[in-house]
Amino acid sequence: MTVLAGNHPGLKRLAFTGVAVALAVLPFLVDATLGRTWVRIVDVALLYVMLALGLNIVVGFAGLLDLGYIAFFAVGAYSYALLASPQFDIHASFLVLLPLGAFLAAVFGVLLGAPTLRLRGDYLAIVTLGFGEIIRIFLNNLNRPVNITNGPLGITLIDPISLGGISLSKTYALGPLTFSPVHSYYYVFLLCALASIVISVRLEDSRIGRAWIAIREDEQAAKAMGINTRDVKLLAFAMGATFGGVAGGLFASFQGFISPESFTLLDSIMVLCMVVLGGMGNVGGVVLGAALLTALPEALRYVGPLQQAWFGQVLVDPSDLRMLMFGLALVLMMLFRPAGLWPSKIRKRELATAAE
Amino acid sequence: MDVFLQQLVNGLILGSIYAIVALGYTMVYGIIGLINFAHGDIVMVGALVAWTVCTALAGSAVPAPLILLAAAGAAMVVCMTLGVSIERVAYRPLRRAPRLAPLITAIGMSILLQYSAALIWSKQYLALPAILQPTMYTVAGATVTDLQVFIFLLACALMAALAWFIKRTRIGKAMRATEQNRDVAGLMGIDVNRIIAFTFLVGSGLAAIAGLMVILYYGIGHYFMGFMLGLKAFTAAVLGGIGKVNGAMLGGMLLGVVEALASGYIGDLTGGWLGSNYRDVFAFLVLVLVLVLRPSGLIGGPVSERA
Repeated sequence: MTVLAGNHPGLKRLAFTGVAVALAVLPFLVDATLGRTWVRIVDVALLYVMLALGLNIVVGFAGLLDLGYIAFFAVGAYSYALLASPQFDIHASFLVLLPLGAFLAAVFGVLLGAPTLRLRGDYLAIVTLGFGEIIRIFLNNLNRPVNITNGPLGITLIDPISLGGISLSKTYALGPLTFSPVHSYYYVFLLCALASIVISVRLEDSRIGRAWIAIREDEQAAKAMGINTRDVKLLAFAMGATFGGVAGGLFASFQGFISPESFTLLDSIMVLCMVVLGGMGNVGGVVLGAALLTALPEALRYVGPLQQAWFGQVLVDPSDLRMLMFGLALVLMMLFRPAGLWPSKIRKRELATAAE
Repeated sequence: MDVFLQQLVNGLILGSIYAIVALGYTMVYGIIGLINFAHGDIVMVGALVAWTVCTALAGSAVPAPLILLAAAGAAMVVCMTLGVSIERVAYRPLRRAPRLAPLITAIGMSILLQYSAALIWSKQYLALPAILQPTMYTVAGATVTDLQVFIFLLACALMAALAWFIKRTRIGKAMRATEQNRDVAGLMGIDVNRIIAFTFLVGSGLAAIAGLMVILYYGIGHYFMGFMLGLKAFTAAVLGGIGKVNGAMLGGMLLGVVEALASGYIGDLTGGWLGSNYRDVFAFLVLVLVLVLRPSGLIGGPVSERA
């Protein structure tokens, strides 16, 4: 990765080892300093890294604006939840369910992509928004006449990830360290997030990645150069959705409970904002965006007690304040730094020329 | 037959509200090519301002029509100020930026408006005090209230006025010219910034009236009410052919009727399998189908591809 700058091989190795060690001890460090809740937040951040990287393939690489991305997350989550809970009394292994969720999400990605291939930009954004809402409405209502999704109540008691005799929902002691579920899940999520990063980076420089970027830059020209734009676009939708599907399955097992409320348009927008805020098309930027947008709003929770201390009462509900800041941040970000915090080189150039 | 007529009446009322909101979307899209996601929330602000005025004056000796007039006036002032300020602060600087930037700004504005409203009016459902006692009439088996008739007629009058305004007046012509080609319009001596600001002014004024209609019709306001309404009105605009003013009117009416009929009949058609709780799906199905099959909408020629 270009992130680890420096041409000296020894230096590079040192930096790599440093990052690896830091990631390995991170949950215990966080646990000791900020508390257990924050370990959980780190876990969620890793899920969002996966989601944002998936959406980055669709929006950042291929330039297809998707406002319904959370639907794929929902597909993954619900396929996991339905087949690993008392809902139908099926308790399949995650080894089957994660790939299945990924596959189903990819199928949905193609189903969404196929009819909308002709559309671009705003129109595509609106169609994907429509698809996302349709899926959410169905999840919300498929409890009658046959109860499939349990409607607005959601699905509870979802099986945690377990293999052999080891279940991630239990606490294990290993020498001086205690691994509570949030710690164990951290390592699983970290592995998946790292895999997503590697896949993203490798994809970007692959033939397909270059084809995506070509389509993003100028579809007509890409077509003229012999790129099969239809297949390549569908592949972008499918690959992006796959990331979402896996993340969804992990989310369901981690939470143990899901309901349609977790898959609203706002969540789609949130993931899109992570991609845009960090720097569209740039893997490092997207990871940064996901981490920041998960952590910063959580930090605002402390505002509640702070208000209590200063004014004697809570004037602004912290969760409302969080949304206010989020909206404001979107507007200010677009006005002052539309390329994101860490833009990709191409994107930066593009914006520079667009602004003239 | 009773169901059909009743749902048709309901659909037309719903449709006239959609149409008024859709006008705001379509005018802004036509002139600067932006999906103004915040427009639905401006309707919400209009509705809640109207609610505040009505609630404050409800117990007093002020006669009902005056209360409504005051509510409409206050809502229009607030919404117009809001609409024009948003354009000035958030959209104008991004007019030449890649398309994603203004879209995200609009989404940010929408969230900002919603949660500002949540702070001002709380997150409760706000019930409108009974100012009007609508009289019910039965026409051929369907129930119609005078409030419904009033909403429908007001919407028709507003649409006719707007159509006349855009077609006949100087500033209307300037709006159409700016829509055709902003740069050339500027060269011809049209103050493009003023025209765009004016478009937002008109759209937001209509949104205020739509907000008043919604709160009168349903009797309940909520900080989140603009969201779904906005999406549906946008659907209506797309259905008619986005950027086309008469398209928005047609699309709004049609979508209202389709939604009302579909939610009235879906239970019977599917043998009770699907209920009217799926009503929100129809708008989105219409949206997806129209965009996939005929992106230019019902009226309106082929659109140039927008990147």
